[in-house]
Amino acid sequence: MDWLITPLSYAFMQRGLAAAVLVGVVCAVIGCYVVLRGMAFLGDALAHAILPGVAVAYLLGGNLLLGALAAAFAVALLIGFLTKGGALKEDTAIGILFAAALSLGVALISSIRTYAADLSHILFGNVLGVSSSNLALTAGIAFLVLLVILLFFRPFLVISFDPILAKTLRLPAEALRTLMLLLLALTIVVSLQTVGIGLVAAMLVTPAATAYLLTRRLPAMMILSAAVGAVSSIIGLYLSYYLNIASGSAIVLTATAFFLLAFFFSPRKGLLWQRILRKRQA
Amino acid sequence: MSTTIAETPARLDLEEVTISYNGKTAVDHISIQIAHGDQVAIVGPNGAGKSTLFKALVGLLPVQHGKIFIHGQPLGHHQDCVAYIPQREEVDWRFPVTVSDVVMMGRYGKFGWLRQPDKTDKAIVLQSMEQMGIAALRTRPIGELSGGQQQRVFLARALAQEPHILLMDEPFTGVDVSTQETTLRLLSDLKSAGVTVLVSTHDLNMAASEFNQVLLLNRKMIAFGSPQEVFTSQNLKAAFSGQLLNLEGAVVVDQCCGNDEEHSH
Repeated sequence: MDWLITPLSYAFMQRGLAAAVLVGVVCAVIGCYVVLRGMAFLGDALAHAILPGVAVAYLLGGNLLLGALAAAFAVALLIGFLTKGGALKEDTAIGILFAAALSLGVALISSIRTYAADLSHILFGNVLGVSSSNLALTAGIAFLVLLVILLFFRPFLVISFDPILAKTLRLPAEALRTLMLLLLALTIVVSLQTVGIGLVAAMLVTPAATAYLLTRRLPAMMILSAAVGAVSSIIGLYLSYYLNIASGSAIVLTATAFFLLAFFFSPRKGLLWQRILRKRQA
Repeated sequence: MSTTIAETPARLDLEEVTISYNGKTAVDHISIQIAHGDQVAIVGPNGAGKSTLFKALVGLLPVQHGKIFIHGQPLGHHQDCVAYIPQREEVDWRFPVTVSDVVMMGRYGKFGWLRQPDKTDKAIVLQSMEQMGIAALRTRPIGELSGGQQQRVFLARALAQEPHILLMDEPFTGVDVSTQETTLRLLSDLKSAGVTVLVSTHDLNMAASEFNQVLLLNRKMIAFGSPQEVFTSQNLKAAFSGQLLNLEGAVVVDQCCGNDEEHSH
């Protein structure tokens, strides 16, 4: 069992593992709504749109996470503003803001010469560089997001499954949608450190899609998704340690392996099972 | 039948109501009064504004001109007294919810967003499922049900909502005979419970035989009253114009065109 324990003798590995599991879980849980509501594009766009916030924070010498948070909130609110009352379709608004924010971020960063290393950390994560203060912030935000999802379970379920019922129950659907966007933005910001901007969409979608193939109720889907997210983060981090590969990609590839297993071998929804069913019917 | 007793039966009052959908006027200056506990069939060709009218009644589309009153109060004053049964295409059947999850959603308006459902809620949900003949399916995901079973899930949810006004959008389209019969039995139960029911349909025979009131619609109101008063060949011609064939006194409506993919016959 030495190979399990040795990496944990380093403090940076302990912090990295804690951060990766927290991020894996929170991404996987909110990811269930991302998958069910078809918000994958939105999640990816939000992740790229926080780049200018990070750049400004870096230029001013502030906390990169707080800068990212401010940018993510601004973009989430702007998407809500542009699509309010159906002025623009959501994916159009997302596409415009996503490209503009990413360009702004690149423009700001290109003004700094020595930024190449940090930029690659932002794009692909640097889970082994998580500081104790950032870990505390990550934990705080992760628990906040999970708590809100738990408290708003029924309203979120109704606006996702049946917007018409939401309307007849006089639910403030617009406000709930915006709240969900803000939670998504928070989640993406804390994922910056482990998987980075480039790969966060995978952590939002892949564990949730895996769980979707294996469960029949939303609470079970969320729990299983969280488990897939956490286990992928742990396995991925060990792979990254022993194979000396980038941690973010190791985590995402592990999650993808779980997804492929579910896709082929899931009872009822799996490809193999459906082949068998079809043969029986034939 | 104890689940849908409304304290005060509903009365629905439309005054010069105009509603637009996708920039076009879909419902044009309609004024009708529907008495407590009435059952009204809304009949018209595809695109006549039947669904649009329903969506405005639940507050999903804005009323551009005119007013809608429920119990004499403007729309939106009463929370949760209108239940809507959507057309089957409007629901995401791949969503991970079971039959009893969906029916329990009908109780959300009653018990708030944080309290857990109590014995009464659970009993009402079970009774609604039994009344619709789907209690045995309660743990099944909705995506695994047949079309008729899926419709019964939403009928059961509407029952659990204990509404004063129930709106059903094309409940007789694309379902099996036994679901049609269950739906008709439900209508007569609702009548004794004093629930006002509006049903959109393009089945003229169904409208004439099962409803005491018919609203004939083609963007504008063509006629409103008893089936005998409404279904004159002149009115039908005005409503269905191109789609109507008059064959030796028998009225045949050509329903082949438009966006209905499934038919019950």
